[in-house]
Amino acid sequence: MTTKAPKIQDYALIGDGRSAALISNRGSIDWLCWPRFDSPSIFGAIIDPKTGGRWSICPLGEAQFSRRYLDNTNVLETTFSQESGKIALTDFMPVTSEEKKQSFLWPEHELVRQIKCTQGEIELIVDFNPRLDYGRVTPKIKDAGKLGWRIDIGTDVFTLRSQIELVRRGDGLAANVTLKAGEKVGFSLSHFTIEWWRQWASQSDYRGPYERQVTRSALLLKLLSYAPSGAIVAAPTTSLPERIGGHLNWDYRFAWLRDASFTVHALFGLGYKDDAKAFVDWLLHATRLTRPELRVVYNVFGERPPSERELSSSRGYAGSRPVRIGNAASEQVQLDMYGEVVEAVSHFVRGSEKLDRDVQKMLRQCAEYVCEHWREADNGIWEARDERRHYTHSRLMCWVALDRILKMQARGQLHGISVGKCESERKRIREEIETHCWNSELEAYTQACGSNVIDASALLLAYHGFEDASSQRMQKTHQRIRDRLVPRTGLVHRNEQSKDRHEGAFAVCSFWEADFLALSGNLSKAAEVFEAALGYANDVDLLAEEIDPESSDALGNFPQGFTHLGLINAALSLRESEKRADELERKL
Amino acid sequence: MNWTSWLLWGFVSTVVLTSILAGSQGIGMTRMNIPYLLGTIFTPSRDKAKFIGFFLHFANGWIFSLIYVATFQVLQKSTWWLGAGIGLVHATFVLTVALPVLPALHPRMANEQYGPTVVRQLEPPGFLGLHYGIRTPISVLAAHAIFGAILGAFYTIK
Repeated sequence: MTTKAPKIQDYALIGDGRSAALISNRGSIDWLCWPRFDSPSIFGAIIDPKTGGRWSICPLGEAQFSRRYLDNTNVLETTFSQESGKIALTDFMPVTSEEKKQSFLWPEHELVRQIKCTQGEIELIVDFNPRLDYGRVTPKIKDAGKLGWRIDIGTDVFTLRSQIELVRRGDGLAANVTLKAGEKVGFSLSHFTIEWWRQWASQSDYRGPYERQVTRSALLLKLLSYAPSGAIVAAPTTSLPERIGGHLNWDYRFAWLRDASFTVHALFGLGYKDDAKAFVDWLLHATRLTRPELRVVYNVFGERPPSERELSSSRGYAGSRPVRIGNAASEQVQLDMYGEVVEAVSHFVRGSEKLDRDVQKMLRQCAEYVCEHWREADNGIWEARDERRHYTHSRLMCWVALDRILKMQARGQLHGISVGKCESERKRIREEIETHCWNSELEAYTQACGSNVIDASALLLAYHGFEDASSQRMQKTHQRIRDRLVPRTGLVHRNEQSKDRHEGAFAVCSFWEADFLALSGNLSKAAEVFEAALGYANDVDLLAEEIDPESSDALGNFPQGFTHLGLINAALSLRESEKRADELERKL
Repeated sequence: MNWTSWLLWGFVSTVVLTSILAGSQGIGMTRMNIPYLLGTIFTPSRDKAKFIGFFLHFANGWIFSLIYVATFQVLQKSTWWLGAGIGLVHATFVLTVALPVLPALHPRMANEQYGPTVVRQLEPPGFLGLHYGIRTPISVLAAHAIFGAILGAFYTIK
């Protein structure tokens, strides 16, 4: 086996709807936080290879490896091949329906690793080295005989049970074991798990282009969902760097309101109505304490995430320091969230569904807040930490908030808003965007009022229906984005500042471009961009937040929900545009 | 037992308890809405749940006040601080025992072992009700202490 540190894209994710683990393509669990996504890590080698802790299972000596998810599941199978034989390592967190859980005692959290020798004979090394609290605490592992090995943490206990005889080695446990063809170690609950994931995946009614990648993206979103509340975290990791060796390392294990409308659109679009409804419920519950003001980011139970702090003891991924816990974005002002939340609710009640009094009250509060505050500067969708600006995207989402509220009012779903005021403010926002966010010299919508910075978020003016994608202005804006932000097809920088800072291309922006092209009817170009963007996914179709344009390596927290939301929504747009094109062709 | 005094001050203290809990939600101290939690045992409709839950909570408060006045009768003493003390014990029980076990009894509440199946459910309140806001325990303790203090101050022992 090579000892080279894994790249970010070398990881795959397993989980159970409450927590998740990253497993490298060499069979090492390098990231696991229990019991929640945002709990301290038990295995954290990804952010500190020396002291973070890992659980690795791999063959002794050099081996070839490949991996896949079992079809339509989040069960990961890694295959190691040597001249002497072949083994399959299957990793998963057991899941099943709530009904089946009632029939026997189901552990609160469980991670299962099964090893099966499928050919010849292979000697394996098992190295179990947990480290608590992001590597700062070395736990005492007690031998509990037939009950396995125990790690006591306050009132909780972790138990490791195995058919392999483990011995103490250093602070952890280890074993060398030789397996022959047909031999299997571990224990199996896989039937339930595979069945459950396949049943969930089958609820999707998506039949269209790139079905495999869309299904994988949906399965990933499910892994990022915290089932007890319905929240969806942005990513399961902290501080995977946006630039290797750099300081742009953030904690993404929280739920961002920025993602709300994309999330609901994607889940409804695929047919996961229960998941979409659960997410909207979380949204309404989480924002209850701060309304009419909304926070940028919440933890899975709707609380403010912990204050951002740096883990001085952690070496960081590939030396990228600091490693941060908590997120200071919770202190920022982002006016775009109002549009995100209102748009999410609007998706939810698009049909004839009635809004209860609480939701109506929240929407009225949002309308009043937006009417009063849309002129203010904020930190914008990219959470700029330097200064507040009058961002075009924030103006757009304020327009979206008022537009959707007025539409719900017109459908008779919302009462008690000041229609005249909302209409006049919506008109003023449109005038502001069309007048001050349009740069006539550049012939493009720019990042902010009076700015000359090109920003990929301008593509969302079409996505949210503010302006037709085929309008002259949008076409010119797209051309300017291609000129300045696209290093090569399938990669788009989020704006000129990030490009100048030598950050990676922002993966979701590639899907926004594909979406934009689909909306403007340029299907062949849309498919070209979409496929090129898919080319930057790893071997199991997972994408990070950013892509290094030079090496094509994944950058930033991984895998990233926002990117996969962009993928799903672009695929939905492509499917709709293809349908429209087919219908038009039939009529002609 | 002074039934008239119990009926009157049990009613008054329950009105105050309900008002404090509703007020603490209104001013953003907590997301916990006890009438809503109780009402959703019987209906998934938010509006109906609050209506049903309000009466249930009121009846609960009145019934619980019986335990307070029974204690006063046994001790042959009824003071505001004794009532507040019983209220604090009552609130501690609610926060540490009743709320954490509620998901096991409530047909529309998720528990923390729930998942990955998602249905529209109430979030579990968690230990001390902290999932409903970090100031939830303060509002519950204050409301119950005042509930007990009113009973203790005004209930007349017979």
